[in-house]
Amino acid sequence: MNKIETKNLNLYYGTFHALKGITMSVKANTVTALIGPSGCGKSTYLRLFNRMNDLIPGVKIEGDVLLDEKDIYNNKGMRIDELRKKVGMVFQKPNPFPKSIFENVAYGLRVNGMNHASFVEERVETSLKQAALWDEVKDKLKKSAFALSGGQQQRLCIARALAIEPSVLLMDEPASALDPISTAKIEDLIYELKNKYTIIIVTHNMQQAGRVSDKTAFFYLGDLIEYNDTNIIFTNPTDPNTQSYVTGRFG
Amino acid sequence: MTHLDVELKRLKDEIVEMFELVTQQMKKSQLAFIGFDREIAREVNFNEKRVNALELKIDKDCENIFALFNPVAIDLRFVLAVLKINSNLERIGDIADGISRYVIGTGNPFDKELIDITRVNEMFVMAVQMLSDVQKAFDSEDTKIARGIFQKDDLLDEINENANSVIENYIRSHEGNISQSLHIISAIRKLERTGDQVKNVAEEIIFFLEAKVLKHVSEK
Repeated sequence: MNKIETKNLNLYYGTFHALKGITMSVKANTVTALIGPSGCGKSTYLRLFNRMNDLIPGVKIEGDVLLDEKDIYNNKGMRIDELRKKVGMVFQKPNPFPKSIFENVAYGLRVNGMNHASFVEERVETSLKQAALWDEVKDKLKKSAFALSGGQQQRLCIARALAIEPSVLLMDEPASALDPISTAKIEDLIYELKNKYTIIIVTHNMQQAGRVSDKTAFFYLGDLIEYNDTNIIFTNPTDPNTQSYVTGRFG
Repeated sequence: MTHLDVELKRLKDEIVEMFELVTQQMKKSQLAFIGFDREIAREVNFNEKRVNALELKIDKDCENIFALFNPVAIDLRFVLAVLKINSNLERIGDIADGISRYVIGTGNPFDKELIDITRVNEMFVMAVQMLSDVQKAFDSEDTKIARGIFQKDDLLDEINENANSVIENYIRSHEGNISQSLHIISAIRKLERTGDQVKNVAEEIIFFLEAKVLKHVSEK
């Protein structure tokens, strides 16, 4: 069964045709990397799955976007807040709230009405452990999240996303602002999280796509040029444009 | 041209130099062996150091490209292929050196009749021809030429297979030439292995250009 699927998906920003007839499916518990030059549509595609594009004026979406085989756009029973509980997101720059480490992770639980103290404490600990951050912060949970390093803040944001137990995690260049050690921790984390979550990651780092993903999709000018096993994309891609891009000879 | 392109071009130039050096070594070992020329044999022996040094240089350059440029797709296949071709060519260099050492270590010139009936010179000619063809295939990135190598190796195999009985008969009538006969059969074995090494190089060229693995495949 496909966890996520788009069928003949077209997206327009006003008159600009940003995604052109994208048909693609993602299996559960896999990591899929979206690659391509800036402006190719990969972040737009990523944001489809938690309906982040809805906030942009003039957006028009045609086609089907399915989560667990249910359409998330043409579905009157689908509430956006319910969707975003199932689909978490981590952004390029760490964006912790101006709150304590504990309250950052507890935030999603509280806004969803889960306030029971022992339940919240347990979920915060579990999420921080899943994000490989617990050992570093367990003695300073009441300190400001801003006291953490950039890499720790990003793992905190991952813990915050995990706290509401989504099944899909969207990551938009989650390590591009981090040093190599923090990047390695995030990549190891992605590898671990794959067991429980379906992950889609946008990255400009080809080696990172190679290291973390099972499948890679190459986008160019709004088209999905090639979607294949990552090892095929990086050893013997089918499309000449993919080969030019991954070998750094594009344009 | 990207920085990686410059490095790959440099690597290609080096491996072409290796092809030329090893082909020269094989041609000279033919001259030394068939013409029983110890001077040329010593030259081959001396130049073996250059082959070894170039092998190490190419290995190091491949290692640097892997570490610094993380090549992928056709670039990755090219560097992997060069690494293996380099190793095969170095072994052919060893073979040329080994054959030349027979000339240095033998007292008298080889009996011309023995040279003729064993067809060892034909093997030298074919080995040099195969080396030249495989270099051309690499240089011009032509898998058709690379595939042509596989048939040519058949001649080396055929001569090698017949060599035992030919030499056995010769020794029966020339008991004084046993030592020479053993050197000739050793050279024949080495030349047969040269064919195998050249075939390996051809397989690597096809892997680099077509991403097809032909190792251990009988129909090529």
